[in-house]
Amino acid sequence: MELVCPAGNLPALKRAVDEGADAVYFGFQNATNARQFAGLNFTDKRAREGIAYAHSRGKRVFCAINTYPQPAGWSQWTKAVEQAADLGVDAVIMADLGLLDYAARRHPDLARHLSVQGSATSHEALRFYHEHFGIKRAVLPRVLSMTQVRDLARQSPVELEVFAFGSLCIMAEGRCYLSSYLTGESPNTRGVCSPAAHVRWEETPRGLESRLGGVLIDRFGEGERAGYPTLCKGRFEVEGEIYHAIEEPTSLNTLDLLPELKALGISAVKIEGRQRSPAYVSKVAGIWRQALDRLDSNPERFQPEPSWQADLGELSEGATTTLGAYERRWK
Amino acid sequence: MQLSLGPVLFYWTRERYADFYRDAADWPVEIVYLGETVCSRRRDMKLDDWLGIGRELAQSGKQVVLSSQTLIESEADLRGLRKLCANGEFLVEANDQSALQLLIEANLPFIAGASLNLYNPAAIGVLAKAGMQRWNAPVEMPRDDLATLLDECAREGLEQPCEVFAYGHLPLAWSARCFTARRHQYPKDRCQFVCQQYPEGLALRSQEAKGVFTLNGTQTLSGACQDLRREIPDMQSMGVGVARLSPRANAMAEVVHAFDQARRGELPPADPLVLIEAEICDGYWHGRPGMDNSHATIS
Repeated sequence: MELVCPAGNLPALKRAVDEGADAVYFGFQNATNARQFAGLNFTDKRAREGIAYAHSRGKRVFCAINTYPQPAGWSQWTKAVEQAADLGVDAVIMADLGLLDYAARRHPDLARHLSVQGSATSHEALRFYHEHFGIKRAVLPRVLSMTQVRDLARQSPVELEVFAFGSLCIMAEGRCYLSSYLTGESPNTRGVCSPAAHVRWEETPRGLESRLGGVLIDRFGEGERAGYPTLCKGRFEVEGEIYHAIEEPTSLNTLDLLPELKALGISAVKIEGRQRSPAYVSKVAGIWRQALDRLDSNPERFQPEPSWQADLGELSEGATTTLGAYERRWK
Repeated sequence: MQLSLGPVLFYWTRERYADFYRDAADWPVEIVYLGETVCSRRRDMKLDDWLGIGRELAQSGKQVVLSSQTLIESEADLRGLRKLCANGEFLVEANDQSALQLLIEANLPFIAGASLNLYNPAAIGVLAKAGMQRWNAPVEMPRDDLATLLDECAREGLEQPCEVFAYGHLPLAWSARCFTARRHQYPKDRCQFVCQQYPEGLALRSQEAKGVFTLNGTQTLSGACQDLRREIPDMQSMGVGVARLSPRANAMAEVVHAFDQARRGELPPADPLVLIEAEICDGYWHGRPGMDNSHATIS
């Protein structure tokens, strides 16, 4: 299985490659990719340098152009496709039907991966994207159980990439508009979720309060670990009870599932986190490299090292991890 | 402009659906979407039940469309979807690419649901070539972007009508997890069909008692109810073909009546003395956060 790592900037790209990523993915500095953060992502010059660095070491580079072209900005997205093709990336990661069609016609030889934002959760959906746009690979949304992944893998017409580690989206990706409901900006339209510009922190007599678009997302007492106010991970009131009504702050970690994923013929495991620091990317990439190497040498008797789990736990949101939807009882 | 009644997003009892659609047969809506779009565990209504309701509505002169489940996860979901697409009688609204594949493969015309994310003419063009008869704008699309999009579609000869979500709690997200079962600490597989206790969903509020979202099983809806009745004349001038009204458990006849008045230019001006309902929103239309209410300036 290929290890696909995030590159929010050039240092992160280099660290990921150094630590054993088989492929890295990046985006340009605008709304054409789903991690539009200030100070993040690549200029043309930086991308060229990063691609040369990875290619000279035999590693691949994917370019994420995985937001939905907005009515007023079509040319910004097609320009990104042209730029990626010109840079010589190994694949583009896309979700929009129009843009997939554009890329398939203009650059038939440039491999197209379906982004998780394309919301393909069945082999029929995969066949749709494959037959219409010739996608080579699809990234699966984080909503399927292992049984469902198995059924899908058996019949998939394309390579499959699954999320292995990082922030956990619990809504079907590409179809979550919660962020724009509170802030006007969403993953689909602007490449952001719960964007920092709309976040406010306040010390109050009742505790430290985090707000998004003015809405109170959470309130932390003394000694509580205050997490970023991602709107689905706050504490809300339902029928008089206050709790994490949607999801706790937690990260996805699928180290335990590696033998099964390999047996299903999954082509690649993806590390989330282009918004993370080079140090984070380096550490996570290193652990997953060791895990995949151990898996290859002895798939039957694979056991994750306890120290890997501990280290990944520390790097996780709320210092806890979950198998998420892969595990039926999470639902 | 036509009015449509969207699929019921909540989990009602058989009696409630029957009563609702018996009434709806007499309402001034031209299109009725039927079916379960949220959760495959909601099994009170079988495909045959929907077809039965559909036939009665068709006899009352409605265009009947069967809406497909939005999040398809399992082989069982696909089996249900195949039956729906092969119903042989009514058009299908595809809410997922799985449905698109089945419908296109069978050479059947279809309606594109809002969750297919059609934000630009190129995407609309792809589906227009494949048999799309009408498309729903993404719920988060602002009025100005939609106007641009409609102009571009007209220029490119894409004449399929556009439908806008004009009234109701906005469908904002779908998950593998059931949040209503979570509220009751039931595992999803043994949810006891607890959704049926909430015919308008379960309110999720901030710790300051502001309505934020509405939990509806695996679906998350807006906390406020979007109401674009005052924007209908603007929609008409932009060339929006259909305004969708999403069913609520109560007072839907009055809602339909108001929108029918609006499209005929007969909606009475808002009475400033009437307190503005706090749970109304129209932010998306005005290019703002969806939860905003442009009419809530009176405090």
